Amino acid sequence: MRSIAIIAGGVFRDSIRDRIGYGLVFFSIVLMASSFLLAQLTAGQDVKIIKDLGLAAASLIGLFIATFFGIGLVTKEVERRSIYSVLSKPVTRAQFVVGKYLGLVMTLLINLSVMTAAFYAVLWYLDFTTLQGAKAAWESPAMDPNMLKAFALMGVELMLITATAIFFSTFSSPFLSVAMTFAVYIIGHFGEDLKNMNSIVDSTILPYITKAVYYVMPNLSALDAKSAVVHGLPVSGMSMMLATASSTLYIATLLVGSILIFSRRDLK
Amino acid sequence: MDAIRTEGLTKHYQVGFWRPRPYIALDNLTLSVAPGEVFGFLGPNGAGKTTTLKLLMQLIYPTSGHAEILGSPVGDVAVKRRIGYLPENPYFYDNLTAEELLVYFARMFGCSAREGRARASRLLDEVGIGAERRFQLRKFSKGMVQRVGIAQALINEPELVFLDEPMSGLDPLGRREVRELILRLRDRGCTVFFSSHVLSDAEALCSRVAILAKGRLAASGALDELTSLESRGWELVVANLTADVLARLKPRLTRATPLGDGRFSLELPASTVPEQLIADLDGARIVSLNPLRGTLEDVFVEQVRATRGERFSEKVAS
Repeated sequence: MRSIAIIAGGVFRDSIRDRIGYGLVFFSIVLMASSFLLAQLTAGQDVKIIKDLGLAAASLIGLFIATFFGIGLVTKEVERRSIYSVLSKPVTRAQFVVGKYLGLVMTLLINLSVMTAAFYAVLWYLDFTTLQGAKAAWESPAMDPNMLKAFALMGVELMLITATAIFFSTFSSPFLSVAMTFAVYIIGHFGEDLKNMNSIVDSTILPYITKAVYYVMPNLSALDAKSAVVHGLPVSGMSMMLATASSTLYIATLLVGSILIFSRRDLK
Repeated sequence: MDAIRTEGLTKHYQVGFWRPRPYIALDNLTLSVAPGEVFGFLGPNGAGKTTTLKLLMQLIYPTSGHAEILGSPVGDVAVKRRIGYLPENPYFYDNLTAEELLVYFARMFGCSAREGRARASRLLDEVGIGAERRFQLRKFSKGMVQRVGIAQALINEPELVFLDEPMSGLDPLGRREVRELILRLRDRGCTVFFSSHVLSDAEALCSRVAILAKGRLAASGALDELTSLESRGWELVVANLTADVLARLKPRLTRATPLGDGRFSLELPASTVPEQLIADLDGARIVSLNPLRGTLEDVFVEQVRATRGERFSEKVAS
């Protein structure tokens, strides 16, 4: 455990200082802030626009950080040979993979917290500058604490995407890893459509294939509460727990797979 | 117990995309290194030196054969606590400082953060990294990264250290400092296994060497044993040598090279007794007389050429 914690700490320290990471988080904050200006152009929809744009920006930037940094965790280390010094220390390859994963997850959660704070700051300003009468038209209050649930589920989703990126990067090139991780993200968000394909297309074989894909891919739509919180709909604790539990199992499976592949790999 | 022992260590890679074929990076390497010695692992580029080191660090897995370090199979975590490794052209995390990197590695060996900082500070002093230790590593030159690499290899005060091309990227002063460091490690009882193609480093530091060529062990043994076999005569430097005397001596020489101002370097074959030749100098002044021993470079070139299947004939200038 100690080795894992030390590796995680190293990744956290290295990635939290990465300029690209800073840039992406800064970009998302700028997007959130600019959504305030965009909201001024819409009548009565201002809070919805800010929430929609803010949540989408946080989700998208988180996805980029999780994917590109997640893939770089292993491939960059192997390409640049920095892994040679680490693995010559009393560290197993399994500890290396898990430590790297946890280090990036820590970085992601910090970044997500910063984006959440920026998001709430923009909403607080809107709330502060809006007249009481205009607030009556809002579906949900600007400072709705329910939105934290969407951010919490976004955190779980990013943890899953990071594990997916690491898994692919243990056996394929960075380009392919990025493509496959994005593919999993997209397919994962259309899980229900895949499951109910028989009601959409007139085919006997295709629904079986899509159903198989549905069961293999993570159900990311269960982790997406953005739309619900924007419209002030309830997000039950039970559904959050179930989605988190199934995602944890999926993450564990991906990490075990990554370790098994990485432990047998020649680091040329 | 040997510090390092390999038996029939072999590594094949598959090369080619459409028609994969095996490439033999290392072929049946059997080698042993005794505790406390400085062992030079020599060979031209692509000979298999780095492959061997990667196999010993279990960064790659052998096709066949096996290796032991300090009596245990390679990859044993307990053994990793007792060894250090400098990879070829090391690279570290860009956003960490040299000091942070060494503390990071020290903590992997169970050191507290405080002890790690103390070790880092001492080692960075030893490898000549001054105030730059607080800079992020992306600002470091190649030579400075190499110095940090050497420091991280020694962070756990290892019993056995593997150095892959330790002089690479270093300036003359840095090379001298690393040579002195290796000798200090030897004096401390640390076994040093270093790969290089810089033969003067090996001659200055090693008690034993192995020469690798095309993945095969071409020669190995004590430096004296390898080089004494190549002894090939004497070099006599004389002044005020007249043309008549030189013409008379020429049949007994392998080479006569004018050095200017009437001085000549005369190369004598091993069969010529130098005293007899000196008696026939007729007033010429002797400047120096030295045995012409075979150098490690001679052995290296001969072994590598032999392995490459090239015809090797000694060049004797007339």
